[in-house]
Amino acid sequence: MITLTDVWLTLGERQVLKEISLSVPAGETKVILGGSGSGKTTILRVILGLYRPDRGSLLIDGQDITATRERNLTEVRQRMAMVFQGAALFDSLTVRENVGYRLWEQGRLSDAMIEKSVRDSLQFVGLEYAIDKMPAELSGGMKKRVGIARALASGARIILYDEPTAGLDPINTCMISRLIQLLKSKGVTQVVVTHDLATAYRVADRIVMIHKGRMIFEGNPKELQSSADPDIRSFLEPDGQCFDSEAFAASEIGEP
Amino acid sequence: MTTHEVHLKARLIGGVLVVQEFAFLCARAVAGLAYIPRHIRETILQIDRIGVGSLFIVVLTGMFTGMVLALQGAVQLEPYGATIYVSRLISTSVVRELGPVLAALMIAGRVGSGIASELASMQVTEQIDALRAEGTDPIQKLVTTRLVACVLMIPVLTIITNGVAIFGGWLIARLYLGIDSYFYWTWAFEALAPRDMFVGLVKPAVFGFLIAMVGCYAGLNTKGGTVGVGISTTQSMVSSSILILSCDFFLTKLFMAFP
Ligand SMILES: Nc1ncnc2c1ncn2[C@@H]1O[C@H](COP(=O)(O)OP(=O)(O)OP(=O)(O)O)[C@@H](O)[C@H]1O
Ligand SMILES: [Mg+2]
Repeated sequence: MITLTDVWLTLGERQVLKEISLSVPAGETKVILGGSGSGKTTILRVILGLYRPDRGSLLIDGQDITATRERNLTEVRQRMAMVFQGAALFDSLTVRENVGYRLWEQGRLSDAMIEKSVRDSLQFVGLEYAIDKMPAELSGGMKKRVGIARALASGARIILYDEPTAGLDPINTCMISRLIQLLKSKGVTQVVVTHDLATAYRVADRIVMIHKGRMIFEGNPKELQSSADPDIRSFLEPDGQCFDSEAFAASEIGEP
Repeated sequence: MTTHEVHLKARLIGGVLVVQEFAFLCARAVAGLAYIPRHIRETILQIDRIGVGSLFIVVLTGMFTGMVLALQGAVQLEPYGATIYVSRLISTSVVRELGPVLAALMIAGRVGSGIASELASMQVTEQIDALRAEGTDPIQKLVTTRLVACVLMIPVLTIITNGVAIFGGWLIARLYLGIDSYFYWTWAFEALAPRDMFVGLVKPAVFGFLIAMVGCYAGLNTKGGTVGVGISTTQSMVSSSILILSCDFFLTKLFMAFP
């Protein structure tokens, strides 16, 4: 269970999040939609406690961690896992060590059990063969999938995904959305940030839409589709705005 | 206030903030010593990279420093007919000043900037955040381990530099100045007081602390993509060199105050 109440956040000089209130009940899969730069990644970072809000509160499983000190956040963070937008693999470690990182550090499982968990997770994203490679030897999409395997192997009950399908081919995109559905059926609480509508509709229980750091919509996929808000409509049907854009009308790109 | 004054004030506040943040990072890194057993593998890896990896450059540094000191020293001592005492001059100047400072400057170039650029790239690729997300304290894992490695290994490297420098001086003394080996080595050690050895070990430990902490601070505070990595690396190199040279002066002064 994740609850953000009236969260405001400034980064540098910018007011990045304004009045964000959202709640993800245990077992729910919430999709956060929004244009580039709207503040989606920032919300996930607030949930992980990587950014501290200027105002408002953050509860994880009912525990208020808004003012918790960094060194006491470890325990809470280990209940969560995050798939970073740029994968953020540790590049001094192999794929195996990356995926099993948390289990190794916790030291609760035997080596054989960790190895099995690592292999299972990699198999899920179709990368078991890359287990001994270094991150530098992987393509962008492969890194992303290793990032997903790392979140899977952690066994966390809350998983945050930042653009899990960006940069993946259609088959892998479909696999990842099936994986999210599978975890949902196992009762994992998930927050999926994306701007890919197909994935959003496929996995979402509820959808939140962010525009310029503010929430402009919260509801189920049906409600989103029938919304009349102009910002939402232009996100769902970008053609109108894209073709009518004055910049294009006035542009001389490509003219002889 | 004029705009100049406003700028000056902003810079002063900025400077105070940096010092405060730096002190805070140092405090957290030292507090992290309690968790060193958990990161023992990383510590050993760093000891190997920093210590063994720097052997070659400190040997070269020591060798040439000792050789050039012998040549120059002989020129200075010649008019007094005291060329045979050249080893006194070499051993005291190397053990007290040149060994610690030159080794530290070389290591700042190799190790300090290496630490800065490694942590800086981890910062801009979100790996530091990923560590935090995994529930690992990046300061304990990345900073404390490097701090331990530097504070342990730089004194060792300095001893090696000193030894090689005195050896280099002996080569020149033997080959060009015709000084008797027995005489050379006897005077080389005779001239050294236990106190010189002590100071010669305290200095490199302090320099090791500075190199590790400046490198880590610069790396962890990187902003702005790959450009930021370059800036941090340069900054750590410049700041740690200046800190080494100024601290050397103040340490020397301090030890002179306690005879
Ligand atoms: N460290 C920072 N300092 C200052 N501003 C920042 C920082 N990080 C992000 N921002 C700003 O915050 C806003 C939201 O950023 P965020 O990364 O959350 O966007 P996003 O919705 O994830 O976009 P995308 O879909 O492109 O990943 C952006 O306008 C960005 O310029
Ligand atoms: Mg983002």
